[in-house]
Amino acid sequence: MTIPSIIGGGLIVIGAGLGIGKIGGSAMDAIARQPEASGKIQTAMLIAAALIEGIGFAALFAS
Amino acid sequence: MLKRALHILTIITLFSISNLVAQEHHEEAKHETTSHQTENHSSEHNQHGEENLSLKDKIKKDIKHHLQDTHGFHITKGIEFPLPVILWDEGLHIFSSSKFHEGNGVVESNGKYYAISHGNGHIYRTDASGKIEHNEKGFETNKKPIDFSITKNVFMIMITGLLMFLLFSGLAKSYSKNGGIAKGPGRFLEPIILYIRDDIAIPNIGEKHYKKYMPYLLTIFFFIWFLNLFGLTPLGVNVTGNIAITVALALLTYLITTFTAKKDYWKHIFWMPGVPVLLRPFLALIELLGTIIKPFALTIRLYANMFAGHVVLMSIIGLIFLYKNLVGGGLSFLLAFALSLLELLVAALQAYIFTMLSALYFGAAVEEHEHEEAH
Amino acid sequence: MDKLLNEFSVGLFFWQILLFVGLLLLLRKFAWKPILDAVNEREDNIKNALEGAERAKQEMLNLQADNEKILKEARAERDALLKDAREMKDNIINQAKEEAQIQANKLMEQTKVAIQNEKAKAISDMKKQMGELSVAIAEKVVKKELSDKEKQLQLVDQLLNEVTLN
Repeated sequence: MTIPSIIGGGLIVIGAGLGIGKIGGSAMDAIARQPEASGKIQTAMLIAAALIEGIGFAALFAS
Repeated sequence: MLKRALHILTIITLFSISNLVAQEHHEEAKHETTSHQTENHSSEHNQHGEENLSLKDKIKKDIKHHLQDTHGFHITKGIEFPLPVILWDEGLHIFSSSKFHEGNGVVESNGKYYAISHGNGHIYRTDASGKIEHNEKGFETNKKPIDFSITKNVFMIMITGLLMFLLFSGLAKSYSKNGGIAKGPGRFLEPIILYIRDDIAIPNIGEKHYKKYMPYLLTIFFFIWFLNLFGLTPLGVNVTGNIAITVALALLTYLITTFTAKKDYWKHIFWMPGVPVLLRPFLALIELLGTIIKPFALTIRLYANMFAGHVVLMSIIGLIFLYKNLVGGGLSFLLAFALSLLELLVAALQAYIFTMLSALYFGAAVEEHEHEEAH
Repeated sequence: MDKLLNEFSVGLFFWQILLFVGLLLLLRKFAWKPILDAVNEREDNIKNALEGAERAKQEMLNLQADNEKILKEARAERDALLKDAREMKDNIINQAKEEAQIQANKLMEQTKVAIQNEKAKAISDMKKQMGELSVAIAEKVVKKELSDKEKQLQLVDQLLNEVTLN
């Protein structure tokens, strides 16, 4: 592991973390606003988070 | 119910720790004997198996060993089931994995010599001394036979498959026996089957086509979930955290998506309607790339989640031995316990996400666009 | 990435595909199909049962409504019958009264006529008797006259007085 790749990995993790955090936060807001739609929101949230996570992992392994 | 689960988890965590300790001693003993027995010890062994390793390095090596697929099922100190090794290397070679523990770790079969690399746990063809060459990146350069061995992971897949078959065929039989009401251990899984049907398959694939995909979705969900849960037991299996397994699973999803796709799916990939004609070839390129990235992301997601979960959990258990005092060890134990709970959630979550995304891709493949220009 | 490729085991991949596809086919035949069929059938049964219950409820309501209607009709009929009877009774009574009145009037009329007749007859009788009486008196007077003059006169006076008194 070289230093640039470690820094890159860190950046990826920060980016993915921010993205997933934002999705989670927005989902919480949405659930608070419409508790009856919580099931659908959760599903959408998980899918979006999973997609970001996938990109994050792909980048991590590529770095 | 929850209390009982917590008890079981505590016992498992404790057992995992004892397992780690045992493995450490075992490795130590093994390397001592082998280094004394043979003069022409392989460079591989020299790299890893010396007494001057610090405790930290030993823990690292142990974690690595745990994450690898091994030939032979190592339960705990001194208890190891040998499993058959099947190699194809210009002819069939079959021998027991226990042979690797005899002598200097080199097995002679039909005039060829084989040794296990400590780098990735794979079998390589070597000379009589068991020397494994490495390139500048640290990867093995020896010739690699095609390894059809029943390894620990293959063995666990068989066990899981058997368990699933018994569980679900029992559940299936109980319906006809009890007049449509589930009975036996399988009945706990019936709500999950219904959940997969009602909340994963139908919303994502649609009422019309979902039936065709149900067997695959159910099988893949329970397969991943059960293997994830097995990974949390102290048996030390890491099936879903193995890249070959996740590649295979994602490839199946990709193949099913591709071969059951309707005309609309291909039309949306190669000639996206409702987009300026000049842009369409570029979009086709991107979409085509997307179809490959999707299974790739599936592969990496499951692999990395399970792999990372095991690494973190094992590392924290390892911390207990590094601290060697009540406060640090106690805190590490609590942390390991909490992480085990989290991993329990992750085990189900990753199975769910894999199934969910598979269903999503299948849904895209069979989707019928009635209003073409609406896009 | 290189590390991942280095860790990739073709044999494990092969076994995974083989075992998984085998498991998938086996489970599809022996587990998923019967389970899903059974669950679907059960759901259909429940749905049918619920619909049946709903239908039965509706039928019961209909029946109740019918009963109510019949009861209402019966009540109305009874009321109508009672009213008819009452009217008839009144009619009969009235008729009877009228007839009685007529009969009574007729009787009264007849009686009156009879009385009138009797009266006329009595009057004529009386007249006749009076005539005879006066003739008799006159005879007696004449006889007495013939015996005593004084007395005769006296008697005439007396008779005259009586007559005037009458």
